[in-house]
Amino acid sequence: MNKVTCECGHKNPYGTYLCESCGKPLKDEGKLANMRYEGVARRSQTYQKSIVDKIWNFFSSVKVGIWIIVLLLVTSSLGTLFPQEMYIPPGEDPSLYYAQEYGILGQLYYDLGFHNLYSSWWYMLLIAALGISLVIASLDRFVPLYRALKNQRVTRHTAFMKKQRVYGMKENSEALDIKALSTSLKERKYNVREEDGNLLAEKGRFARWGPYVNHIGLIIFLIGGMLRFFPGMYLDDYVWIREGETEVISGTEGEYFVQNNQFLVELYDEEDNEIFQEALMREGSPVVSNYQTDATLFKRSTEGSIGSETELEKVKDHSIRVNEPLTFEGISLYQVDYRLNELSTFTFGVEIEEDGEVQALEEVVFEVDLNDPQMYYEFDNGYQIEIIEYFPNFNIDESGEPTTLNRVPDNPRIIFELYPPDADPEEDTGEISLIGVQVNEPLNEDHDHTLRMLDVEFVDVTGLTIRRDHTLPIIIAGGIIFMIGLTQGSYWFHRRIWIQQKDGQLYVAGHANKNWHALKRDIEYLREKHDLPETVDQADEEVKEKDQVNEGGRDKNV
Amino acid sequence: MFELSSTLLYIAFVLYLAATVFFAVSITGKKFRDRSGNENNKAGLFGYISALLALITAISYFIIRWMATGHAPVSNMFEYTTALGIAMSLAFVILYPIYKSNYLGLFTMPVVMLIIAYASMFPGEAQPLIPALQSNWLFIHVITTAIGQGILAIGFAAGVLYLVRMIDFTKASKKVKGIEFIMFTLLATIAYVAIGMGFEASGYTATFNYVNEFGEEAQMDYHLPPLVGPNEGELASEQGFSPVVNTPEYIRSNDVNTVLWSIIGGLVLYGGLRFGFRKPVAGLLQPLVRNVNPQTVDEISYRAIAIGFPVFTLGGLIFAMIWAQIAWTRFWGWDPKEVWALITFLFYAAYLHLRLSRGWQGEKSAWLCVIGFALIMFNLIFVNLIIAGLHSYA
Repeated sequence: MNKVTCECGHKNPYGTYLCESCGKPLKDEGKLANMRYEGVARRSQTYQKSIVDKIWNFFSSVKVGIWIIVLLLVTSSLGTLFPQEMYIPPGEDPSLYYAQEYGILGQLYYDLGFHNLYSSWWYMLLIAALGISLVIASLDRFVPLYRALKNQRVTRHTAFMKKQRVYGMKENSEALDIKALSTSLKERKYNVREEDGNLLAEKGRFARWGPYVNHIGLIIFLIGGMLRFFPGMYLDDYVWIREGETEVISGTEGEYFVQNNQFLVELYDEEDNEIFQEALMREGSPVVSNYQTDATLFKRSTEGSIGSETELEKVKDHSIRVNEPLTFEGISLYQVDYRLNELSTFTFGVEIEEDGEVQALEEVVFEVDLNDPQMYYEFDNGYQIEIIEYFPNFNIDESGEPTTLNRVPDNPRIIFELYPPDADPEEDTGEISLIGVQVNEPLNEDHDHTLRMLDVEFVDVTGLTIRRDHTLPIIIAGGIIFMIGLTQGSYWFHRRIWIQQKDGQLYVAGHANKNWHALKRDIEYLREKHDLPETVDQADEEVKEKDQVNEGGRDKNV
Repeated sequence: MFELSSTLLYIAFVLYLAATVFFAVSITGKKFRDRSGNENNKAGLFGYISALLALITAISYFIIRWMATGHAPVSNMFEYTTALGIAMSLAFVILYPIYKSNYLGLFTMPVVMLIIAYASMFPGEAQPLIPALQSNWLFIHVITTAIGQGILAIGFAAGVLYLVRMIDFTKASKKVKGIEFIMFTLLATIAYVAIGMGFEASGYTATFNYVNEFGEEAQMDYHLPPLVGPNEGELASEQGFSPVVNTPEYIRSNDVNTVLWSIIGGLVLYGGLRFGFRKPVAGLLQPLVRNVNPQTVDEISYRAIAIGFPVFTLGGLIFAMIWAQIAWTRFWGWDPKEVWALITFLFYAAYLHLRLSRGWQGEKSAWLCVIGFALIMFNLIFVNLIIAGLHSYA
């Protein structure tokens, strides 16, 4: 591609707006110079031939980037119209739920896949496009901008000066004291360079790198998010633990165990919290103040010999509360759910009917652990009781057969077979009965005995989420870098002041990438101390012209 | 102590009002002369001092309420919305000394007042914290977010100022319609507050028996006369009357009723001004702001966004994610509030890119500031109250 030679002799790449060396505008574009990226030529504007160039050019365009942002924004908002699938009530069938709850729109929402919008292929594609755009657009600008700012010369072309937004010029009556001027600028923390009686003062250039730093942070963040989909990076599991029980923690290869010593739900008490009384009264129902699992973390002992009973070594005690997970070796256990008063033990006794009088057999009393029932009970007086069948969550299935829905003892039914001392379990059939809560049915005839439920014990169950996320360090690094870049670019400003003496004229021009106000104040400060021309904001001039047009229009209408 | 904090908030409100009046005087009373004949209008200074005092009083409210309830007062709609208003005045108090624009004061202070008045429509009593909110991240995340949004709201005030200054009201155009819609929205909010307070003072309640979305019988209270009733609603109280229309069961009809009242009230206020003066309402303000330098206002709005955006990102996304990881087991879960915070972030990111790279300055930029603020309010009000999610605490 042809180089463009400026009158100062510098050869600029094709596509340059302002000469890299002296700043002379090489393309005439209105009253004010286009100072974006210092008017450098970018790769995207230079090469437009191959397919790679075309892709590069597409993604380097800020316009395309903005479109991607807007598309993400709009599609993201659509996903909040109705709840995402993960937030609909558990157990609901999404194919029915949306139509039921939200009518035709809900059905459409489901049919379009919006119920899983954020994991849809096209949403992923948009995020990927954003990532690509971030990389390419940043590279396309950063490299030439860095070169231009590094190579910028002090002496600038007059046309460059005239086309700056803040600009002033006057006859240079007496030679300017550049040294004194430079001292004043240094007082205001400017870096000053001089050349042939011309001066360039610059401050906060590093703010210009802010956007590139924050884009790097974003990319790292997005990569971190992507890594979740690789196996082993992300663990999301769930465990129910009854009070007193110990469960293995998944993802630790059977090394760690957690025991639920106690689960408790605490409520706000109106008496103790006078200040909340009004709110608690209005609420009507009790307000929970705490969910807590007092847990103990165990580690499998390494000393125990192989094949022997697993020996557990206590690692630590921790009260798992919402906001206070139990964390060890990158794994966290969170308090997320609970079940109160789950049935845990039934205690049974046996009654015998003799001569029309009901008598309890005191020797025959036994407990059945509903989570792990012993199947056979033998008593000193010769009685034997066997559990033939146990249904923790009893249900009659479609074919009319009794079955259990799951292993949770929500509706336990037990079929017992009772053998009095004189019966032989090998040969005789005992007294068979089905027993549950409020249920006691004999299943065969000639019963002399009745099994009675004497006591019921309950247990609280805690629901913990087990989470390990190896992507977190990357996400955190991305977040920190992003914030650093954002701060760098937002709270510092790149300001430059050029002062030039040429042909008996004194020129002042200023440029700020943002916060022109501060730049103007700096120039005002200089003018108080030095004999500098008055500067105007040439953008203001444009507004004034527009105002005059407006006023004119108004006059005509009146 | 709790009563003291509420009193302080009232005082702060009055001081914000005083600031508004002073800023108005500083602009309209430019020609005051002192005895020696010099133009001497200190109203702007007084306005700033009032705003500063108001801020100090409001922060005292915040701290004392914090001490009284034992948690940062940012845990429900009343508390958060109030905090947002205070944050906006904080941003103003910081920005004013840089630009010394009394016009900005005139446009900011009423918005602050409106936000705080709106907040007062929600139950203001101290509420206990549910377990998920019991964390120091509550104040870290929410206060940072409020300050970020408060600064962004200055961008909105400056944007509106810019539009009022620059739009040509002599010709009917989309722009005029747009700014008039903003004026209408502000007036409807005023109407909402006024009507709500009026009926609350009179102790109005109409109770309906109705069938809710689960098909169960339930009761619903109306604090404004029922224009629309609940699903299969039947009046159960002495006050009130049976409305002509009943809403379907999935709509919270008393909220819809309130919205209707606000729109009607807004229309009355707007219509009164529009036809009373035979001019667009924003056009009425234009002569006041003739002397505003649009470049300066444009820069103020841009700086507000540039300063507020990182703060909002830090509070509304980064701190939010840290807390979500601790309380909800995952740093991001596509909860509606999270999504709308992301949308707000993306929107302002688009704003910054449009401004920097595509030269969207001045008027276009001002419109974007307005839309950005609308998004913030949407996320605050609509997402909290209408779209159910993990953030629905109010």
